[in-house]
Amino acid sequence: MDTTPVRLRDLAKIEERFVSGHRLCASCPESILMRMVTLALGDRPAVITNATSCLEVSTSVYPYTTWKTSWYHNAFENSAAIASGVEAAKNALTRSGKLTEDHAIIAIGGDGGTYDIGFQALSGMAERGHKVLYICYDNEAYMNTGIQRSGATPFGAWTSTSYAGSAFQGKREGWRKDMVSIMAAHGCQYVAQTTVGHWRDAITKIRKALATDGPSFIAVLSPCFRGWRFNTDQTIEIAKLAVETNFWPLYEVEKGVWKLNGSPREPKPIEEFLKPQGRFAHFFRPGGEPLIEEWRKQIDTKYKQLLARVEASKAMPIY
Amino acid sequence: MAIKEIPLDRLPTVDELNVGGVVPSNGNSALYATGGWRTQRPAFDPSICTNCLICWISCPDSSIILKDGKVVGIDEMHCKGCGICAKECPTKEPKALVMLQGGFYQSNEMFDRRK
Amino acid sequence: MAQAATIAAERKWSRVESVPKGMTGDHTAAEAMRQINPDVLAAYPITPQTEIVERFAEFVADGEVTTEFVAVESEHSALSACCGAAASGARAMTCTSSQGLALMHEITYIAAGQRLPIVMVLVNRALSAPINIHCDHSDGMGSRDCGWIQLYCHDAQEVYDTTIQAVRIAEHPDVMLPVLVTLDGFVTSHDMERVETLPDEAVKAFVGEYNAPYNLLDSKHPVTAGIMAPPTVYFEHKIAQERALRRAERVIEEIAREYEQLSGRYVGPVETYGLDDAEVVVVGLSTGADTARVAAERVRARGIKAGVVRIHQFRPLPVSAITSLLAGRKVVAVLDRAQSLGAAGAPLFSDIRTAMYDQANRPAIVSYVYGLGGRDLTVDQVSAVFEHLAAPSFDASDQATQTYIGARE
Repeated sequence: MDTTPVRLRDLAKIEERFVSGHRLCASCPESILMRMVTLALGDRPAVITNATSCLEVSTSVYPYTTWKTSWYHNAFENSAAIASGVEAAKNALTRSGKLTEDHAIIAIGGDGGTYDIGFQALSGMAERGHKVLYICYDNEAYMNTGIQRSGATPFGAWTSTSYAGSAFQGKREGWRKDMVSIMAAHGCQYVAQTTVGHWRDAITKIRKALATDGPSFIAVLSPCFRGWRFNTDQTIEIAKLAVETNFWPLYEVEKGVWKLNGSPREPKPIEEFLKPQGRFAHFFRPGGEPLIEEWRKQIDTKYKQLLARVEASKAMPIY
Repeated sequence: MAIKEIPLDRLPTVDELNVGGVVPSNGNSALYATGGWRTQRPAFDPSICTNCLICWISCPDSSIILKDGKVVGIDEMHCKGCGICAKECPTKEPKALVMLQGGFYQSNEMFDRRK
Repeated sequence: MAQAATIAAERKWSRVESVPKGMTGDHTAAEAMRQINPDVLAAYPITPQTEIVERFAEFVADGEVTTEFVAVESEHSALSACCGAAASGARAMTCTSSQGLALMHEITYIAAGQRLPIVMVLVNRALSAPINIHCDHSDGMGSRDCGWIQLYCHDAQEVYDTTIQAVRIAEHPDVMLPVLVTLDGFVTSHDMERVETLPDEAVKAFVGEYNAPYNLLDSKHPVTAGIMAPPTVYFEHKIAQERALRRAERVIEEIAREYEQLSGRYVGPVETYGLDDAEVVVVGLSTGADTARVAAERVRARGIKAGVVRIHQFRPLPVSAITSLLAGRKVVAVLDRAQSLGAAGAPLFSDIRTAMYDQANRPAIVSYVYGLGGRDLTVDQVSAVFEHLAAPSFDASDQATQTYIGARE
């Protein structure tokens, strides 16, 4: 594994294998992420399997392709399953001597194709131990089909299937699914959480995950200006606020050992994360305070749980 | 089986398709101009730029042009005018990157500081 | 563009002696897979296909195959994993039945559209609801439009021979399509038969190396596969698929003739009985057509000029063979082991009627539905059909649109 510190001027020398001309919205975090992924790969050959999503449709509009690596899309819920097949092929061909290279196999999908419809395939892939890195670009809704709620949508958020109206105020079915813990519970030797706004953290984690001998999982917070309702220039800013308010702490679980990657000394008040986003506008109208209070409670509890795991895993691995 | 490059200047007939509709992974979307999407455009002042490359890593459209590790300009053909580069640029006022209203660049205006 | 306008000169094979083995239909499929030794086999168990997977797992455990066996968590993932493998330079196979095929339904269309030469053995079983694990063809018929080559096998021997040929058919440069090889659930899958099997080396030589349409793992030629086709190009992609399926007719015949040289065994797109002079012909698939043949032999002894056409190659439908065999007959009865609910007729019946419509001397064509959910079809029942259709008083216009055999109505 490449352990040299990640430096932008070194990355700048790498040939980019995710190029321009794709049809993603201006400011889309998915393209920021995929540039980082291909930079993290360096010149290592790779196969990327992609679930149906914004990224998939926007980078493969026939006859254009944004990719310079092998890339394969099949259906919405099976990025992990097709990656399992690619990995099985790689093993078979390596064993028979037909393949001598060590391709990185990366399965990617949005929160829809990962937390919800793609969950089964991901769980099966992890349980069977395929050497695949699964990266989820989490923009907290089914953005490609028009901003509908997903299992990753946080409590109270407006989406096009969880409107903020007079009877109900945004997504009400609970906080949100904790995919990173779920993947750690599968026994994955490396899982992590990062954002598109923390390039050094993200690229370091991608490199670590690629060096794992088995399945690995990274959830990448991907603020979507269109679905979260903020200005196009705020993608990185919102990602940073998510971390600084403890909504999305940067952490990794390596062989069951939970580790924070830097944490805000005094987390900023959660309002700083919520206020710039139109999807939480109803939080700041009369009657919205209980929603903000619920958020404070959840973030506080979840962060304490995370710290508890960090502490407990010093003594023994926690999966 | 040979995978042919598909012509971009016309719509293909049945016989011109590759089997399964595959295309070579040659990044040919770079030939597709997305610059027309802009309603605002970045202006860049190299004399203020420190070459930290944060704009470069943050650009969703690979539109910060580097030469020998230094920022030299904006890819007019692809920049969608999102404004992330100007926002994330760490220089203090006057910044190396600012967003100007309107999508079209006048000649050499990329390096012009007029607002 | 046709990848090879003319195929390479037909390969010549020397006859090799087969060795008989007593195996059930399922174990026969597993044996063929063992000899093919695919790079990847991803499968999920479902009755009555389970014996294939279990027998193959034994081969894996004993090192008799070098296959990467992926014990996937659902049929949807089974075919998905096969797609990933087939797109990555690896020969991939799978098998399923009924609900499993239904679960992987969307992927079957994708596999065909992406032209991945996967071979799947389908052990025909009724689709829910109600849930029923026994034989009928509703599962295969539910997928008849997915774009796969579909070959219906009536006994274990045919399953063996067809599975081996299927690999070559699927991977032929003029075809590049996935192939479905079917057998009747329990009737064939669990019945012990004497199966003539080729030596391992003969099968290995016949199937040869995997011929991929493209290879994600070829880092010198990376490909983007699974593209998004806007309305400006989607249409042409689907026409290309249809053309490939039509070209497969010729390829299936050529591979069958090659296999005949090797093994001495040949099965064409259709198998016929008594058609030299038959006036009343029953058309069917699989074991139902076998029962019809026994019935035909019996009624011939009573003077009825009975004939049977068993269709082996269901997709692409061998229209010219059908029209030439059925033209000029008095009556044709099509036996379907599935309904097409709410349609103008049952699946095979509709196909035959459509194929025959333009023929100048087309016979009366009537429809019988039998055997749903594993209800047995008896020789007596088919004999009664022959008697009924051969009677001088028979008038096709008196016949119901669809007659059920053996149901308590």
